[in-house]
Amino acid sequence: MIPEMHLPWLEFSVLLPLIGALVVARLANRDLARSVSIWLSGATLFCAVGEWVDFNTLATFEAHDHWDVIRLIFHRDVFVIDELSAPLLPLAALLYLTTIMTTLRTKMNRFSFHWTLFSESVLLATLACRHQWVIIGLLTVALIPPYLELRQRKQNTRVYVTHMGLSVALMCVGQWLVGREANAANPPLWAGFLLTAGALIRSGICPLHCWMTDLFEKATFGTALLFVTPMTGAYAVMRLVFPIAPAWALQSIAVLSLVTAVYAAGMALVQRDSRRYFCYLFLSHSSLVLVGLEMATPIGLAGALCVWLSIGISLLGFGLALRSVEARTGRLSLGNFHGLYEHIPFLASMFLLTGLASIGFPGTVGFIGTELLVEGAVAVYPLVGLAVVIAGALNGISVVKTYFRVFTGTRHTAAISMSCRTTERITILVMVTLIIGGGLIPQPGVQSRYHAAQALLAHRSPSATNGEPHQPGHDEHSAHQ
Amino acid sequence: MTMELVLKLLGIIVVASPAVLLGVLGMLLLCGAKLTESMQSGLTKTGVILGLVAASAILVLMLVTGSRYVPIEFGNWVSIEAAHYHFHLKFVFDRLSVPFVVLSFVLCGTVGAFANVYLHRDRGYRRFFLLYALFLLGMVVSSLAGTIETLFFGWELVGLSSALLVAYFHERPGPVRNGHRVWTIYRIADAAFLVAAITMHHLTGEGDFTRLMGTRPWPEGIASIAPGPAFAVGALLLLAAAGKSGMVPFSGWLPRAMEGPTPSSAVFYGALSVHLGTYLLLRVSPLLAVSLPLRVLVIGLGLASAVFGALASRVQSDVKNGLAFASLTQVGIITVEIGLGLRYIALIHMIGHACLRTLQLLRAPSVLKDHQMLEDAVGAHLTGDSVQTSVGVAPWQLRLYLFALHRGHLDAILDDWIVRPFLSLFRLFDSFERAWTNFLSGGDSRESDRLSPYGDSLEDVL
Repeated sequence: MIPEMHLPWLEFSVLLPLIGALVVARLANRDLARSVSIWLSGATLFCAVGEWVDFNTLATFEAHDHWDVIRLIFHRDVFVIDELSAPLLPLAALLYLTTIMTTLRTKMNRFSFHWTLFSESVLLATLACRHQWVIIGLLTVALIPPYLELRQRKQNTRVYVTHMGLSVALMCVGQWLVGREANAANPPLWAGFLLTAGALIRSGICPLHCWMTDLFEKATFGTALLFVTPMTGAYAVMRLVFPIAPAWALQSIAVLSLVTAVYAAGMALVQRDSRRYFCYLFLSHSSLVLVGLEMATPIGLAGALCVWLSIGISLLGFGLALRSVEARTGRLSLGNFHGLYEHIPFLASMFLLTGLASIGFPGTVGFIGTELLVEGAVAVYPLVGLAVVIAGALNGISVVKTYFRVFTGTRHTAAISMSCRTTERITILVMVTLIIGGGLIPQPGVQSRYHAAQALLAHRSPSATNGEPHQPGHDEHSAHQ
Repeated sequence: MTMELVLKLLGIIVVASPAVLLGVLGMLLLCGAKLTESMQSGLTKTGVILGLVAASAILVLMLVTGSRYVPIEFGNWVSIEAAHYHFHLKFVFDRLSVPFVVLSFVLCGTVGAFANVYLHRDRGYRRFFLLYALFLLGMVVSSLAGTIETLFFGWELVGLSSALLVAYFHERPGPVRNGHRVWTIYRIADAAFLVAAITMHHLTGEGDFTRLMGTRPWPEGIASIAPGPAFAVGALLLLAAAGKSGMVPFSGWLPRAMEGPTPSSAVFYGALSVHLGTYLLLRVSPLLAVSLPLRVLVIGLGLASAVFGALASRVQSDVKNGLAFASLTQVGIITVEIGLGLRYIALIHMIGHACLRTLQLLRAPSVLKDHQMLEDAVGAHLTGDSVQTSVGVAPWQLRLYLFALHRGHLDAILDDWIVRPFLSLFRLFDSFERAWTNFLSGGDSRESDRLSPYGDSLEDVL
């Protein structure tokens, strides 16, 4: 039996934003809609944090809700969290809360609060789910809000639809080909290949990454940020591919991800638009996470899981800082200096701090994770380790270059105050606390991620279940630690 | 209270004083507290004096007790026992680190006092002292590091503060571009350092210097490593040191760094930061003894930097650039001394040169006034007024002059052979991507192409 948590945290986390979306959709007053959305996403974050704390107290590999309604009705464990997904839920809830909080009045008419809450519900359901077909279904549903927004903004949707359609089709066919006996020792090669291709397109792997830059071009920054930052593609790789792919296949994916990481880091250096720049920076980092995930070694995997969380926090802060600046100035060109430091020193500090944290600067949350990732990569292929370092160096150069472009240069004289609003200040303080706190006291996080890495590797191996082939989702009552 | 406990307490004070200073200044800035200049300088003075007194006390105690190696263990910062992964936090007081950390506190203190007056009522006063605290912490951590990871930690802090201080006058694009240039070189150096650190980790199982350089106190350690790996690790560390100390071929950033305020130029590029590369080479000097090709490489690089610095410094038309290249000459000579195994001489040379150069750079802004005061005191014109008649020069002298005037074309070579091809390649990829998304979209796919570089008038938007 899978252990139960003390409360139905997962169901609360999924239902609250879903109900909220229905309520907010009926509100004509945008200010009220924003306030209600903040409270609801705050409550969702509370439930997600509760889930994480509760899960940690159980000291188990996986757990489900106390009153699991879906299990009662369908007799299947659909909503089950494990050591991989447990911290991802609060991270995702934080992402939505901070994005809604930092949405200024100037952007309220463009940013849809009810679709945002709907996306949050779908995302949390995806992260709380381990049944392969349901995951694919939820990943497909998550495509709808950005699509509707693009249509509403009268933007061309062909790039988005082509890539995402291909991704969903590949995942569906791949999953259909997976047999019940599939595992890492008995890998279904074609199914694995198709699933990998589908998940990697969703992750934005080179050369099929153009949908991501296109989305940042055409959707609102908030929507693009919320769609991309949770790294659902990497999550799909972990749930659909990782349990059935042999080590050599995973390491081949790692090399492909590495090419994307270096390519995106180089592309970030030549961008002249702030959104495209952010997209490439994110793509480079998310590809580095994939590199570590596919190394299939405890250290490399632990490093990747640490970096997953650290870039989730740091690039969220970085993206929000950029979005807040854009809310004041309009879309930013990186071809010139904007001189905004004196107007918004807090945002400047947050921009630099989060950017440095994303590259694993010492003293920030990403430092140890990046070290572990490089260490794991060097252990498998020394040249891969070198390439990870090169990608990190290029990203570091581009982060400071962008900081200089946005915040330095001839100072503007504004007639009205451009200073940070209260909600933005709160967000900045939360981000700084997480980044510096996680950087100064890294041991608990690293230990927990290493334990998760070991458990994931053990569950991937047939020997971990006394020779019984194991695949989460197919074998609902697998042995747990 | 035992001697060991006293030393540990003092060691903690040495490391904690700049860390607390940085934390306090950073938190106050973040909370929006308006600190007056006197409060900020008071906090800085307290931090520096505390650290200096504690470091000096350790020096005295070591001299009294005859101890040559005092490790201060903070245990494992991060540890994964199952994977034998440790990030060991250890600081070492020995004959190399103690003089360097005392020097750091003395010069930072001097420059802090100077900057307090120099930057009085300047718009960036608070920013300067925040970055100053970051730099001081980086220097102290780098100087006392007992493991290569700890050294890397401090090394990065020094790099960030240096680059941001070069761009201190950030309303002009010149200093900002130069700051970015410095940062870029530092990132390349840091990448080399990180790879070296991880290679060392793999070779010895941990990053503790005693495992690699032997347990005997500096400079008598004997590295327990084969010549081949020693050359690989040493070459990477040499690349890192060359980037940090502005040695050939990275010397182009040194004059650019002089765009920062004079106090930071003095303490960073004249005194401390520019010597951090040579300090690293001194710290790993037992490694050099293992590999003859590595020593030859170190001597060759030092010699090239010294000759280049000597030539370039003679043709500079402003005092700060002249001093920057003069510093490079001395750094090159110190590197040669390290390559030759003259470790104590290199250490003494480094300390003497740092003090002299700080004095020269701090006096640089008022050198004309000094000259006039001297003339007033003497009551007559001093030398320098007469115009020298032109003398014939040989073609090779002219070529040498042009070479020095163009600073060895080092920046141009890096730009033409590395930066521009790299950027051109990625711009080409960008054009391919544009063509691909245009094809899929059936028309123009990039709204950002229509973005005007100066279209963000704040008043229009708001």
